[in-house]
Amino acid sequence: MTTYDLSDDSVVVVIGSGAGGGTLANELAQKGIDVVLLEAGKEQSIESFVNDEWASFAQLAWLDPRTTSGTWRVARDFAGLPTWICKTVGGTTTHWAGASLRIREHEFKARTTYGEIAGATLLDWPLSLADLEPYYDKAEDKMGVTRTHGIPGLPGNNNFKVMWNGATRLGYQKVHTGRMAINSEPRHDRNACHQLGFCFQGCKMGAKWSTLYTEIPAAIDTGHCELRSQAFVLQIEHDASGKVTGVIYADADGNQQRQAARAVCVAGNSIESPRLLLNSASSMFPDGLANSSGEVGRNYMRHTTGSVYAAFGQPVHMYRGTIMAGIIQDEAENRPERGFAGGYELETLSLGVPFMAAFLDPGAWGASFTRKMDQYANMAGLWIVGEDMPQSSNAVTLHATMKDQHGLPVPNVHFDDHVNDIAMREHAFRQGRAVYEAAGATDIYEVPPYPSTHNLGTNRMSEKPADGVVNAFGQSHDIDNLFVSDGSVFTTGAAENPTLTIVALAIRQADYIAEQMGQGAI
Amino acid sequence: MTKMILDRRRFLARTGQAMLVFGASGTVMFTDAERSWAMALDRLDAPTAETLLRMCRALYPHDALGDMYYAVVVEALDSEAAGDPATATLISEGVGRLDAALGVPFAALSPGSQTEVLTLMQADPFFQKVRGAVVFHFYNNPLVWRHFGYEGASFEQGGYVWRGFQDAGWLIEPDAEASPPVAYGEGAQP
Ligand SMILES: Cc1cc2nc3c(=O)[nH]c(=O)nc-3n(C[C@H](O)[C@H](O)[C@H](O)COP(=O)(O)OP(=O)(O)OC[C@H]3O[C@@H](n4cnc5c(N)ncnc54)[C@H](O)[C@@H]3O)c2cc1C
Ligand code: SF4
Repeated sequence: MTTYDLSDDSVVVVIGSGAGGGTLANELAQKGIDVVLLEAGKEQSIESFVNDEWASFAQLAWLDPRTTSGTWRVARDFAGLPTWICKTVGGTTTHWAGASLRIREHEFKARTTYGEIAGATLLDWPLSLADLEPYYDKAEDKMGVTRTHGIPGLPGNNNFKVMWNGATRLGYQKVHTGRMAINSEPRHDRNACHQLGFCFQGCKMGAKWSTLYTEIPAAIDTGHCELRSQAFVLQIEHDASGKVTGVIYADADGNQQRQAARAVCVAGNSIESPRLLLNSASSMFPDGLANSSGEVGRNYMRHTTGSVYAAFGQPVHMYRGTIMAGIIQDEAENRPERGFAGGYELETLSLGVPFMAAFLDPGAWGASFTRKMDQYANMAGLWIVGEDMPQSSNAVTLHATMKDQHGLPVPNVHFDDHVNDIAMREHAFRQGRAVYEAAGATDIYEVPPYPSTHNLGTNRMSEKPADGVVNAFGQSHDIDNLFVSDGSVFTTGAAENPTLTIVALAIRQADYIAEQMGQGAI
Repeated sequence: MTKMILDRRRFLARTGQAMLVFGASGTVMFTDAERSWAMALDRLDAPTAETLLRMCRALYPHDALGDMYYAVVVEALDSEAAGDPATATLISEGVGRLDAALGVPFAALSPGSQTEVLTLMQADPFFQKVRGAVVFHFYNNPLVWRHFGYEGASFEQGGYVWRGFQDAGWLIEPDAEASPPVAYGEGAQP
């Protein structure tokens, strides 16, 4: 692996090696641009992943202290764990399930389509589906998304069979095994899915796309990328002209290092990215970097979610096979007559017994709970992914007193459901129930949201600098050589799982950075 | 000798009670209808451990699962208490409140009364501590998974692609557009 000097100020520093950062690092390196990729977590591998829910969680998840506030149920059920995000090379693409959907045209124009909604800070994205289509195409090819580029769909497991039986009886039309960044056949030197059922624990077949074993080694192979794991970025520095000049990070031994940079790209996911910008406040930027709009950390979105599990008279063994290869898309359109703006997807989901005990009814105990657990083998499950409304007060802020292991203020995550979110969730719970009733369920359980897996919006893209943090290329409105390269740039949440869009935006951003560097603009 | 054990088993099965035998220091021996086994303790005394065990059962009752599966939780709480005096105090005082609630030791209460006492204690940090420990330790035991029909790690067995991921024969088969066939042969190497 090529290594770069700490004082080398010709390198682009990318912070975070997940969907956004890992992809960006590779795209830049492929163009011959020198990249230092700083990742807070340790490096695991296909070999070191474990088929064990809690052990894997301990191996991969971000467990640094965080606090919560607001009326969302997660604050009550999981007060110290607002999100389910990873801290490891490859970021949350190690844990993710692989569902890869394009955002719809009207969703890029959320403010125009939905109109003014009280309490919501809706905006149109500063780019359209047409702008992103070529990059979606490249992203789907790179990630090997099924049902695109001639890649066959995945075979449906038992959990999907239940969903399909109920959904088709109910009259739903768009029901299939989804568009998944999981190989249905060997592709790009990676295995086909062998239906392990541990997609959330790091795919031990390497069938599921993760930057850990695709983008990052490809970047390193170019000779233009150095990966430094266990490098926790504490602060971004700037000079008197306001340009960023490098970053301070804590290395594996806790020693502070300063890496110089020509440009800095922040891709720490939607909690850590705004936190880092806020923690980088200086006398010149007292409210934090790139925050002249005051929008850094605001408009936090997490998708309107919830799950429905149902028990049947016969075995399902839902945990066997690909976790999320199953989708109903009939509710994804915007049909305001349902009583809410936006739409939602219903996707298969299963948990093993350890996670089921923790998530099925957090806090519950007694015979009514154990009776449900006793139905485990006969259960099927789905989860709801719907567009939630951005709200200014839903925000990541710095805690006034609590500090992490590096002495930095921990992030507080505040979230209140918007009434539109609640109306959508209720509708989706009813439809989820109807699906399972139609399939012959004996018992049906509505399950509240898990810690957030889709974290979005806290450095949002906007046409006007006053409305957001970055422009349509993820470049900060305030500082030309400071970029944001992860899901925090989403202007609105849309109904689709976000990662395909994060990857498409990172590919597009790499073209832009190369162009700007070529012109000497940065 | 054999006879004695049989008699003893019959006795135990009839009363439905586990026998608590004080073994060598730090070990609590249980003998129940199915088997005898030991709970290794570093910090908690035997009556406290026994009460905790009854509490774990009352919180998450699975009649088909023996006490030994719940003992895993008590052992975990014990080792935490051994390393942390605050936890030790929380547990001993909490158990004290459990026993004091109706004036009769918690372990001697009927299941209905146990539930009643626990319901009154739900906000107690001791209650939350033990409840969380059961969720984490009891349901994380591969031996317990068998009861639920969960098979645990699958990589070592090549996943479920040839082992029943689509075997729910009571359902109508989705069409091939919705659910295409496996796109590679059985001989395909991982
Ligand atoms: C269980 C689960 C299932 C999911 N399933 C799907 C799915 O099916 N489809 C989908 O689209 N999405 C899914 N997601 C969401 C998906 O994983 C995320 O959207 C995606 O990974 C986000 O990419 P990112 O680049 O924003 O951040 P991440 O992938 O989270 O990467 C951020 C990285 O930055 C690092 N980092 C943070 N702060 C610092 C710092 N200060 N210094 C150095 N490094 C830092 C972190 O350690 C991490 O590695 C799922 C998530 C989970 C948890
Ligand atoms: S089901 Fe497929 S994608 Fe999921 S872990 Fe197994 S092989 Fe990987």
